[in-house]
Amino acid sequence: MSARTEILERIHGALSDRPEVPTVPRAYMAESELDEAELIRLLIDRLVDYKAQVSVVDHQDVSTRINELLAGASSYVLPSGLDPDWLTTAEGKDDHRRRMDSIDAPLGISELDNIDTVITGSAVSVAETGTIILDGSPNQGRRAISLVPDHHICVVRAGDIVGILPEALRRLDGTRPITMISGPSATSDIELERVEGVHGPRRLDVIIAR
Amino acid sequence: MRIALFATCIVDAMYPATARATVKILERLGHEVVFPSGQACCGQMHVNSGYLKEALPVVANHVRAFDIEDYDVAVAPSGSCVASVKHQHPMVARSCGDADLEARAAAVGARIYELSELLVDVLGVTDAGAQLGSFFPHRVTYHPSCHGMRLLRLGDRQARLLATVQGIDMVDLPEADQCCGFGGTFSMKNADVSSAMLEDKTATIKTTGASLCTGGDASCLMHIGGGLSRQGSSITTLHLAEILASTMDEPASVTGEVLVSTGKAAR
Amino acid sequence: MSTFLGMPALPVYGSGNLHASESFPKSAHRELGNAQLRSNLGHATRTIRDKRTQVVSELPDWEQLRDAGSAIKESVMARLPELLEQFEQNFTARGGVIHWARDAGEANRIVAGLIRDTGETEVVKVKSMATQEIGLNEYLEEQGIAAFETDLAELIVQLDHDKPSHILVPAIHKNRTQVRDIFLREMENVDPDLTNEPSKLAAAARTHLRRKFLTAKVAVSGANFALADSGTLAVVESEGNGRMCLTLPETLITVMGIEKLLPTWQDLEVFMQLLPRSSTGERMNPYTSLWTGVTEGDGPQNVHLVLLDNGRSAALADEMGRSALHCIRCSACMNVCPVYERTGGHAYGSTYPGPIGAILSPLMTGIQAEENDSLPYASSLCGACYDACPVKINIPDILVHLRSVDVDSKRGTKKVPNQMDVGMKAASWALSSGKRLGLIEKGLPLSRLAAGPNKKITKLPGIAAGWTQSRDIPAPPTQSFRAWWNKEHHTPDAGVGTPLKKEEQP
Repeated sequence: MSARTEILERIHGALSDRPEVPTVPRAYMAESELDEAELIRLLIDRLVDYKAQVSVVDHQDVSTRINELLAGASSYVLPSGLDPDWLTTAEGKDDHRRRMDSIDAPLGISELDNIDTVITGSAVSVAETGTIILDGSPNQGRRAISLVPDHHICVVRAGDIVGILPEALRRLDGTRPITMISGPSATSDIELERVEGVHGPRRLDVIIAR
Repeated sequence: MRIALFATCIVDAMYPATARATVKILERLGHEVVFPSGQACCGQMHVNSGYLKEALPVVANHVRAFDIEDYDVAVAPSGSCVASVKHQHPMVARSCGDADLEARAAAVGARIYELSELLVDVLGVTDAGAQLGSFFPHRVTYHPSCHGMRLLRLGDRQARLLATVQGIDMVDLPEADQCCGFGGTFSMKNADVSSAMLEDKTATIKTTGASLCTGGDASCLMHIGGGLSRQGSSITTLHLAEILASTMDEPASVTGEVLVSTGKAAR
Repeated sequence: MSTFLGMPALPVYGSGNLHASESFPKSAHRELGNAQLRSNLGHATRTIRDKRTQVVSELPDWEQLRDAGSAIKESVMARLPELLEQFEQNFTARGGVIHWARDAGEANRIVAGLIRDTGETEVVKVKSMATQEIGLNEYLEEQGIAAFETDLAELIVQLDHDKPSHILVPAIHKNRTQVRDIFLREMENVDPDLTNEPSKLAAAARTHLRRKFLTAKVAVSGANFALADSGTLAVVESEGNGRMCLTLPETLITVMGIEKLLPTWQDLEVFMQLLPRSSTGERMNPYTSLWTGVTEGDGPQNVHLVLLDNGRSAALADEMGRSALHCIRCSACMNVCPVYERTGGHAYGSTYPGPIGAILSPLMTGIQAEENDSLPYASSLCGACYDACPVKINIPDILVHLRSVDVDSKRGTKKVPNQMDVGMKAASWALSSGKRLGLIEKGLPLSRLAAGPNKKITKLPGIAAGWTQSRDIPAPPTQSFRAWWNKEHHTPDAGVGTPLKKEEQP
C-alpha cells in the first residue's frame, strides 16, 4: 500500500465518528472605515514603529524623493515594469549605477549582492499592521531583487492602502508569489527583545505617493 | 430566598469558619440558608487526577444531595468547586455513560453560584460596608484564584466587594493572575514545580506589606498560607467570606494555628 | 466497509523527538536547580506576555477572530481527507511535487533522497518544527549531508550543540551574554570584540550566514499554512532567512504536518491576524512568504512538499484530544504557562514543550511511550493556556482527559496498586456520602494529638511528603461545619440526608 493510500486510510479510520463540519462564524471585522488621510496616518505610525523610514509626497514628486534616497547608493536595481514617472529626473544620467531586472533577463545572485538599493512598487498595504504586500507584478519584479540588496525603497500609492488585513487579502490573487513586509528584517530571538536588521534589507524606505 | 449551601469538603472539614461566615452573610441579607445534609465533595480531586471511575460516586452523591433538596439557588464559597459542579459533573456522567445523571447534574449545575457571583449578580450587593456591615480594619492583599477567574469569569466581583468593606486597606498584589501552584494533586505529584510557583506567589505577597492575603478558594489559601507559615512569615490567609462577615461587633479571627511544620531539616 | 488485508490497525503512533524520555518531575527537578535558566526564562516570558497582551487588546474583534479560527480548524479536521486531496491536486497542477510520509523515518529518507538527487551535500534550513520533530538534521548528518539552520535562535542552538527549548524562540533559555560566548567559541572569523548587544549579535549572524544563503542550491523548510483551494504554502518569519531559503535556491523541499491545511484563501485573513500577535506579540511579523507550486523565472524551480503523518492520525482518532491538532505553533501557551516558565522546554523531552506539548506528545506517540505518562500531570490546570490560545484549544480539559487515559490504561496491570490508586479509591468511598465524611471529620481533631505537644510533625509519609516539603498544614478545627450546623439546627442524625435507596448506594 502506498504511503498516500495508507495515510488517507488512517485518517478515514480516525474520523469514523463522523465529526460535524461546523459553520465558521465570521463576525470579525472585514473592513475598516478610515478615510485616506487616516489610513496614511496609521500606516506611517506602524511603519515608524517598525523602524522603517517613511515619507509622504504628491505623486509627481516621487522621482525627486527617490533621487534623494539614492544619494548614497553606488548602484541600484529596478524591476523592468517600474512606473517610468518615478524615475524621470534620473533618466540618462544614471546608467552607470542603474541595473534592470526582469524574468526574461534576470540578474544573478552575486550581481544582486553587489547592488546597494532596490526600488519597487507594491500591490497593497495594510495600515493597521504596517504591512506592505508585493505580489510579483511587473513594477515589483522577482522576489530576489527586493531581498538581496540591503536597502529597499518601496513606493506605496495612497489608493493601494487599506485599513485591515482582510481588505488587503481580498484584493490579491493568492497563487502569485507573495511577500508581506512589515518593516525591515528583525529578530526577537535574544531575550525576546526586537532588534531590526538581520538577513533581509536592513534599511526600508517607504514613499507614500498621494 | 431559600439558599442551599454547598460547604465543600475542605471548608466543611478544615475551615468551618468560612462556611459559618457564608451563612451569616446570607442571613444578614434576610435569606434562609439550608444545608443539604447528604453533601460531601464535588469530586474535583478525582476528576483532575484522572480517576473518573472513582469520581462517579462522588459526583452522583453531590447531585443526589442537591436534587432532593428544595431551594431557589445554591452557593459555595469556592470558585473551583462551583466550576467543577457546573462543568465537570455532566462530563463525568457522560463519560461513564449515565445519561440520566448527566441531565440531573446539568440541572444542579445551572442553579449554583460562587459566593461573590451570588452576592453581586443575584442579591445586588454593591457595598459590603453598607449592606452587610462588613468591617475589617486590616491591610489586605487579594489573590484571585485561577478557576474563579478563568472558568467562572468572576472578573472583579470579589475585589469590588472587598474594596467596599469598612476600614479595609486593600493593596494590589503584583502578578496577581499567576497561579499559586496548588493544582490539587499537582502539589504532590510535581511538588518541586508547585513549590517554585508558591515561592514566587509568597514573594509577591510579601512585597505588598499586607498583613493578610485573602481570596475566594480555601484550597489555594491553605496552600499559600502553608507556604507563608513554613517561611516563618507573619502574614496569614483568610477567606473573603470571613472578611465580608466580619463586623465591628463580631470581628473575624485572623490568626490560624499551624499543625505540621517540618522545618528546613526535613528536606 | 469491510476490512481488507493490509488495512492499518488504528491508531498508528508517530516516532522521533516526540516524547518524554525522563519523567517530568525528575527533569523538572533538575531544570529548577538552574538559577540562570529560571532567571532567563522569567525575564523572557514576562516580556512576551506583556507584548502579547498589549497587541491583542488593540483588536476589538479578537474573540471573533478566535471563534473563526477555532471553527475553521475544526472543519479542517472533519474534512481532512478531502482537503488533502484538493490541496495535492492544486499544488501538483502548478508544478509542485507531493510526497507522503507515514512517519519520521520515511520523511527523513524522502528528504535525503531528494537532496541526493540534486548532487548537493549542503542545505540551508528555515526553522521548522516538523523537521525538528523527525530529527532531520541528525539523519542528514548520518547521510553525509550538512544542514545549516539559519534562524538566529536555531543557529545559536545548533552552534552550541544544544536542543531547542521553545518552539518560537528555541534559545529562550540563553541570555545575551551566553549567546555572545557561544558565537565567540563556535563561529569562524567572528569579531573577537563582539559585545552582548542583541543588534551586534544579529549582525554577526548575518555575516556568518550571508555566503551560505547566496550559494545554497537546496533549501529545506516547514510551512505555517497550506491553502487547499489554491495549493498555496505560507511561511511566517522575521529575519529574512526564510525569504532567502524560499527564494534563492534552485530546489525547495518543504516538510509539513497534514493538519496544517486551511480550506480557503479567505481563511488566511483570520490566521494571519491570530498568529503574529499570539507568537511574537507583534501586529505583524516582518516577513511572510506565499508560494504556489513553481513560478516560472521567480524562485526555486524544483518545489517539493513532504506531507507528514507521524502520529497526527492517531491524535485525530482521539475524539476528546483531536483539537490539539488545531495548534498553529504560536507558543502563546508556553509563554503564559507557570510550569513552563519555571522548568523551561527541555524538561518536557519532546520537540513540543509546554502545555501544548504535554498533550500533543502523548496524543501523537501514545501515553505509554517512554515517560509520556508523566506529561499530562505537568500542569496545575490554571487555565492560562486556554485563554491565550488563538484557536481556543481547551488544553486543561485535554490534560484531564489524558490523565484518565493514563489511569485507565494501567488499571489491572499493576501487581500492587500505587499510593495514588489506593488513596483515590478510599477518598471516593469517603467523599461519596455525607454521613461517611461526617464520621471522618469527627476523627480529624485527633490528629491534633498525633502532632504531639509542640504541634510539629517532622515529615509526612509517601506522596504527602510532596506537600510538606514547602508548606505547613493548618490544625484541623475541633468541630466541622457539618457538626456545628447539626447542633445549631438540632438535626439529630449528623451527616445523613434522606436515607439512600439501596440501588443508589455507592
